[in-house]
Amino acid sequence: MPKDFILSAEGVTKSFDGFKAIDDLSFYLDEGELRTIIGPNGAGKSTFLDLITGKTRPDIGKIEFKGTPITKRSEYQIYRMGIGRKFQTPSVFANHTVYDNILLGLEGRRGVWSTLLFGRTSTEQRDRIYDILKTINLAHKANEQAGTLAYGQKQWLEIGMLLAQNPQLLLIDEPAAGMTDEETVKTGELILSLAGKHTIIVIEHDMVFVRQLNSKVTVLHQGHVLREGTLDEVRNDERVIEVYLGRKKNV
Amino acid sequence: MSATFRKTEIILLGILAFIALVLLPALNAWTPPESFFHISNFTINLYGKYLSYAVLAISVDLLWGFTGLLSLGQCLFFSLGGYAFGMYLALKVGKLGQYKQDLPDFMVFLGYKELPAHWEPFRHFWFAASASALVPALVALAFGYLAFRAKIRGVYFSILTQALTYAGCLMFFQNSFMFGGNNGLTDFKFVLGHDIRNAATQRGLYIATGALLFLTYIFCRWLTQSKFGKIQRAVRDSENRVLFSGYAAPNYKLFVFVIAAAIAGLAGALYVPQVGIINPSEMATDKSLEAIVWVAVGGRGTLVGPVVGAFAVNALKSWATRAFPDLWLIILGGMFTLVVLFMPKGLVGLPGQLYSLWQKISRRRTNAPPDGDTSFPEAPSDHQNPNPES
Repeated sequence: MPKDFILSAEGVTKSFDGFKAIDDLSFYLDEGELRTIIGPNGAGKSTFLDLITGKTRPDIGKIEFKGTPITKRSEYQIYRMGIGRKFQTPSVFANHTVYDNILLGLEGRRGVWSTLLFGRTSTEQRDRIYDILKTINLAHKANEQAGTLAYGQKQWLEIGMLLAQNPQLLLIDEPAAGMTDEETVKTGELILSLAGKHTIIVIEHDMVFVRQLNSKVTVLHQGHVLREGTLDEVRNDERVIEVYLGRKKNV
Repeated sequence: MSATFRKTEIILLGILAFIALVLLPALNAWTPPESFFHISNFTINLYGKYLSYAVLAISVDLLWGFTGLLSLGQCLFFSLGGYAFGMYLALKVGKLGQYKQDLPDFMVFLGYKELPAHWEPFRHFWFAASASALVPALVALAFGYLAFRAKIRGVYFSILTQALTYAGCLMFFQNSFMFGGNNGLTDFKFVLGHDIRNAATQRGLYIATGALLFLTYIFCRWLTQSKFGKIQRAVRDSENRVLFSGYAAPNYKLFVFVIAAAIAGLAGALYVPQVGIINPSEMATDKSLEAIVWVAVGGRGTLVGPVVGAFAVNALKSWATRAFPDLWLIILGGMFTLVVLFMPKGLVGLPGQLYSLWQKISRRRTNAPPDGDTSFPEAPSDHQNPNPES
């Protein structure tokens, strides 16, 4: 059964010093799906991404990607299987140029010897990098240091690094954080344009943004799935209103 | 290669190589001692020592400046290289030692009748020369493999490397390992059949060390400019992002660690015949710390800086240890503190630092001092990463 899903997590538990950040979580994702995960602070959203990407390992339970267990693999091995991640706070190479950031993200061989001896950038790769830079509106900043970019631009650059990787599964943690409304809309459009080509999980707080994505929503609460469904279904669920939205019915 | 080096840099390198490798030795060999242009044998020998320190400093920079690995044990690898070549030199003493026997003096003293098996291959120059790079590299490979696989980072890595060199120091102090104990290996007579005390031999060693420095510099320039070098610096700045970009950061660190150990070993191999002795005190932790100071003073992450730093600090040391013998460590520590506080880019970054300071002053003079944020000085830390483990 789980083989049909691109990503499946079953009975996953992870505690930190006795605190169960993830508690008997089960989660299934179809290939090509766009899924939004919401939940109050401390619901375990980012920890869940940590577990998928190999940053931490579950105490119990299994996570499979395309039918292969990944819980014992390291970060770079999981990456090489085709899972890319954008962090909550933008994580780019601050002392490298914007161009080099994309270059290092570009799919291709990643061994020590191949980068040492066959590290030359081909013309196609150069074109690809500039295509990506245009997509994320940073072509004019190609030769600037990534550390000098504005916060929102760094977010875009990190998304650009993911595009360069061309992963099957994209994990995007709060992409709209620190962005202007206009940038948020553009980010939403970018993600929607990627949906279909890639399977995507987005973690988000911004309800306007979640509505824009218009995808199936999973609500996490205290480390397990509280409810899944469309945004409207979820918003009208009594338990969700209770734990997540508080007493306010209008978000 | 053409993309790696700019034209001006090639010309500058050529001029420096000419002065160091041709002009100075020529002035030493062919000018009369009373001439103004004469370079004394003492100076050649001293500069030869500095050159080997400069190679060691580049290896520290490769680790610390480019990869964010503050290794406090780089002198272990330097000394291992020195011992490997020292063993060759000790075996070439022949019957000219104190005891007039084929064995090195300390072995005779300890009552040995035959050469221990692990000494035997060091009779051959090429074996000893290769071992001076390969032995440090293998030790670095074993240690680095375990340390990087266990995800030991930052200050823990530094402490561990310091412990490693201390352990090496204690081990070599013991006579049971047959490396000459606390006296080490000394009283060398010949290298490649030439009298080691001969001015021409010392000149040859000086030129060889200079050539090693230039080759090391060119190799490291190529390495750090390649795609590998970009990932190397990425590991320094954001190791997590490197891992989540699919690069096996531990392998990259291991590779650099091994290369740096081999470079340090070669530097040690050329250092020993020029100073005439190798003993375990070369592995002591303070020697590695001194190498860190050279790199910091010169400017880390620049490759040129470490060379400048190695020469500047050691020249100062040569003078200060004679002028103020008791104050040297205080001077060294004070210098390190000042550089860290006020000159984050070291001596080679000083012109740029002064230039931006001058610009700021002249801007302030032309405009009335503006209110608000422009009057704040630009933080120098914007352009470098003070915390390699962020």
